[in-house]
Amino acid sequence: MKYVKLGSVVLISFVLVAGLAIPLVPSPAGWLEFPNIPGLEQKARNIFFHVPTAWTTVLAFLVSTFYGIQYLRKKNIDDDLKSVTSAGLGLLFCILATVTGALWAKFNWGSFWNWDPRQTSIFVLLLIYGAYFALRSAVESEEKRAALSAVYSIIAGLTVPFFIFVMPRMVSGLHPGAKGDEGSGPLFEGKMMAANMRVLFYTGLAGFSLLYVWLFNLRLRIARLDYHRLLQQEGE
Amino acid sequence: MVQEENSHRRMMKTWKSIFAIIVKDLQSELRTRYALNALLMFVLTTVSIILFALRGDQPSSTVLAGMFWVVVFFSAMSGLSRAFVSEEERGTALTLQLVAVSSSVYFGKLLFNVLLTLSLVFGVTIVYTVAFPGFTIQSPDIFLTTVILGSLGLASAATIIAAIIAKANSRGTLYPVLSFPILIVLLMSVMNATAKALDGEQFVDAAVDFLVLISYVMVITAGSYLLFDHVWKD
Repeated sequence: MKYVKLGSVVLISFVLVAGLAIPLVPSPAGWLEFPNIPGLEQKARNIFFHVPTAWTTVLAFLVSTFYGIQYLRKKNIDDDLKSVTSAGLGLLFCILATVTGALWAKFNWGSFWNWDPRQTSIFVLLLIYGAYFALRSAVESEEKRAALSAVYSIIAGLTVPFFIFVMPRMVSGLHPGAKGDEGSGPLFEGKMMAANMRVLFYTGLAGFSLLYVWLFNLRLRIARLDYHRLLQQEGE
Repeated sequence: MVQEENSHRRMMKTWKSIFAIIVKDLQSELRTRYALNALLMFVLTTVSIILFALRGDQPSSTVLAGMFWVVVFFSAMSGLSRAFVSEEERGTALTLQLVAVSSSVYFGKLLFNVLLTLSLVFGVTIVYTVAFPGFTIQSPDIFLTTVILGSLGLASAATIIAAIIAKANSRGTLYPVLSFPILIVLLMSVMNATAKALDGEQFVDAAVDFLVLISYVMVITAGSYLLFDHVWKD
């Protein structure tokens, strides 16, 4: 576990410093210079922070749904605790991704919100998380709450592939990789990014993933303690 | 020979129980006419408010198509949860659990909701054609396909969510909150296709929307069927 903590601190600090400090020049010479894409310029730095948060929120959702399925199969309340923990982190990273995306949109496309398919899909993920927690707060029995929220996250998960793969290709949008934009491919295309940017980008992905694991571990331990305290109180 | 007869008999029994559930719900609906009245009044109220808001302005076909499905969505939210909530309220949920197989309950309620949604969409179409002169369906083939596929998709998502919220508190507000994220895919495709129907485009232009709708219906119905036991059975 301490390697996870150390790793996330080191990697994210590295990405933070390097992502913001390395200069953008028209023709990069060595490893310490990024290519300056006209039109994008300094806004390109967003890719080191916005995309990892979006990636983490999707990861958190998949983990939450996975543990939901495990609960339905084994009826072990610990799986439900893991499911909620991951969903809470997913909500946090989803808010971060939406906000960083909207900020970038303001500087790049002129307005905070454009109903671009990818923007819409991160917003839908936010709605799914919100609905998930609304459902949980409306059910009193623990087993029923666990079962119902697991079913809901699975049903919601079934619609997610439609958003990731179908919608962006169907409706032309502004996001890189949408139908109208032939230049860049899905999410991050190899040829769009220079080698050193790619290294930093993957480091950022790894760092954020480790941060997620660390936070997940912390919150899960708290949730378990809370649950055992609740059981003890009910026993008295 | 006996095996074939037995499996045939079992299949007929399942179909019979599904049909029985549909008939039961239809009969109780027609007796009280609660859902039908609520839906009708909801549609009339919503369209009246829109007419007041527009004050004579004629909206474009995109706006009309969008508003059509907004009205359908909210009307569905006020009416379709009754399939399961009425069982809980009347205290007949436990009896139904014991008497019928869960898959029969699921398909019975689903088909009942499909019938309800189809009549709802049919009603909204009539009201819209009367209220908005701009709402002229120039491609009836696109419109018909959209309406059928859209109703199937709406009913299948609405049914499983209704089953989920029937077991929760604060059902009224929770229902649209839970249903909307699931239905966004459906609503986007169906609004696109309806706009194309109003504009008089060719059937092939809407093929992408129809493919999305068909796959959506199949995915949601299959998923709901597999998960229904976990929701329905305590």
